[in-house]
Amino acid sequence: MSRIAARFAQLAAAGRGALIPYLEAGDPDQATAASILAGMPQAGADLIEIGMPFTDPMADGPTIQAAARRGLRGGATLSRTLEMVAQFRRTDDETPIVLMGYLNPIDSYGPERFCADAARAGVDGLIVVDLPSEEADLLEAHTIANRLDIIRLVAPTTTPERLPLVLNGSSGFIYYVSIAGVTGTRTASEAELAEALPRLRAATGLPVVIGFGIRTPAHAAAAVRIADGAVVASALIETLAGSLDAQGAAGPDTVRLVLDQVRTLADGVRGARAAPDRAGAKMETAMRAGA
Amino acid sequence: MNSHARTVPTTPIAADAPVSVQLEALASDHRANTLRGGPDERGRFGIFGGRFVAETLMPLILELDQAYEAAKADPSFRKELDFYLKDYVGRPSPLWHARRLSSELGGARIYFKREELNHTGSHKLNNVMGQILLARRMGRTRIIAETGAGQHGVATATVCALLGLKCIVYMGATDVARQSPNVFRMRLLGAEVHAVETGAGTLKDAMNEAMRDWVANVSDTYYLIGTVAGPHPYPAMVRDFQCVIGDEARAQLHEAEGRLPDAVVASVGGGSNAMGIFHPFLDDPEVALIGVEAAGRGLDSGEQAASISRGRPGVLHGNRTYLLQDDEGQIQEAHSISAGLDYPGIGPEHSWLHDIGRAQYVGITDTEALDAFQLCTRTEGIIPALECAHALAYVAKIAPAMDPERIILMNLSGRGDKDIFTVAEHLGVRL
Repeated sequence: MSRIAARFAQLAAAGRGALIPYLEAGDPDQATAASILAGMPQAGADLIEIGMPFTDPMADGPTIQAAARRGLRGGATLSRTLEMVAQFRRTDDETPIVLMGYLNPIDSYGPERFCADAARAGVDGLIVVDLPSEEADLLEAHTIANRLDIIRLVAPTTTPERLPLVLNGSSGFIYYVSIAGVTGTRTASEAELAEALPRLRAATGLPVVIGFGIRTPAHAAAAVRIADGAVVASALIETLAGSLDAQGAAGPDTVRLVLDQVRTLADGVRGARAAPDRAGAKMETAMRAGA
Repeated sequence: MNSHARTVPTTPIAADAPVSVQLEALASDHRANTLRGGPDERGRFGIFGGRFVAETLMPLILELDQAYEAAKADPSFRKELDFYLKDYVGRPSPLWHARRLSSELGGARIYFKREELNHTGSHKLNNVMGQILLARRMGRTRIIAETGAGQHGVATATVCALLGLKCIVYMGATDVARQSPNVFRMRLLGAEVHAVETGAGTLKDAMNEAMRDWVANVSDTYYLIGTVAGPHPYPAMVRDFQCVIGDEARAQLHEAEGRLPDAVVASVGGGSNAMGIFHPFLDDPEVALIGVEAAGRGLDSGEQAASISRGRPGVLHGNRTYLLQDDEGQIQEAHSISAGLDYPGIGPEHSWLHDIGRAQYVGITDTEALDAFQLCTRTEGIIPALECAHALAYVAKIAPAMDPERIILMNLSGRGDKDIFTVAEHLGVRL
């Protein structure tokens, strides 16, 4: 069983959803990013998403754009990102790691070589933002050969007719982009999510996680009441950015502040289903009605 | 049948085969015979093109593809477009025999396709007019666009004013500074102009920001791309709307000279003016097609915008094409004195034409373009845009060595009023 499948099975047995924090490779420097990554499982991360910096991140809002710029300035390359994962794997063989990024750096590295090297480093899945199902054959043979999960994005604009195409070939989990928009801008309302999730659940048996716009422990709790996981990215990166000095270098508290926030988010996620509030109950009703 | 059709070996068909089989073989040979049949159903020209966008945009791009195919098949759409092209844009644009320039250079006969005489002063309106009518058919009320030199932004703001549509233009902050007359024009026309501060603040950054806007405003917004790049169907659609340039020029030159040109020369940033004039000549192998990229401070200076000469294939802004990128696949900043050419990519069909050897791509530096800008102004009384001054500079290089019987057709794609401040600064004149 893959690390991702094992982790979701374990969480299902425990009756709770996953917290999936995000960090940008090399932001603001290699050592700080590696320390944040190393501390995340202890702070309550169930899976971890690592952003691979790209000069032109078209699906990202200002916060992650700035993180990518800092990452590149900090010397991030795909090779160094894979080295960071390999280093993490020396002490943690269970927490799944998913890399998220844009196609061109992977294309430049060579899709076949990249998938082989990523698997060897201990990466479990890939999210390639600008590689829709229509173009997925570029990577598919190599992800399959290297047992990497290919995690597809489903958006509010994905039509019911299109959904089977997007789900076909997906593995690991489904990433539901909760808003039509870029990262770190708007937060989806619970009503919007309650409408979208049953449609997705009916179409796939894979775990569904929600991302884009999840900022607070309450948002994360609401997300895992109807889905299997919540991705938090921009809110954590804002904390990191706020801790940097005027030159953009890590401050003495950078790692601690980010990990403290991961802990708070984890508390929100872990408490979510223990005491369902009224909104959660309403959401379950909506889910049953829609399913 | 076109007497200049390419000769490609045909599939042997038995002489006694049924007529229907022979006809089908002929039709299939005809398709195989043309270079004008792309892209394929995946939106590809060879390995180039495609649809590399986030899932949020994918359904919109498919919808646009369908809407465009439906419009193409609808005679009323063509009729409406023709009406606007004639009475609003001012088509057909003239073909001008540049006699003084030709005699000063002392070689080939040089003809200008006068796209700078279109309303708003460039070829950009051809495409904008087509796409805006499509946007209206699709019920979109909010139009967004990216712009480099501001020519596409001005054209978009213009038709939005004409049709009463909301218009938002994204423009890199560097370009806002160096093309201030166009920024003022867009604002007068009622558009919101957003200066994009990220990256080098040029066309690439404007395009990123326009795509982010689109992803966040999917229900009412139409993204009006100004060049033959972006995800399918944009490269093909923009090309189709720009082909009016080459179609007219071909007929006009036939009238004036009774024959085809020996060379067609056009500047290439994203490549819409070049594709518009090249495409109707693709199946005439005796016509040389030459795209002129911006070599900035020199092709090997590290400060240039010559994606084909100095880039390699990769994926950006929805399509696979030649890109300026480093060894890690990170996109590099382009440089050109001309804001309209200052882009690290090029339309995918150009990449394909380069790879199959049908078109040739060359570089012209900032300095050479400035010289050609003055040459054209002095000999023909036409102030060209800095973009097409690159094409002119290449014409000035090759024309003297050519026989006077030879004909060069050049796309004079825009007028240079917008560039006089930049040119003055480079000539050391204070305005």
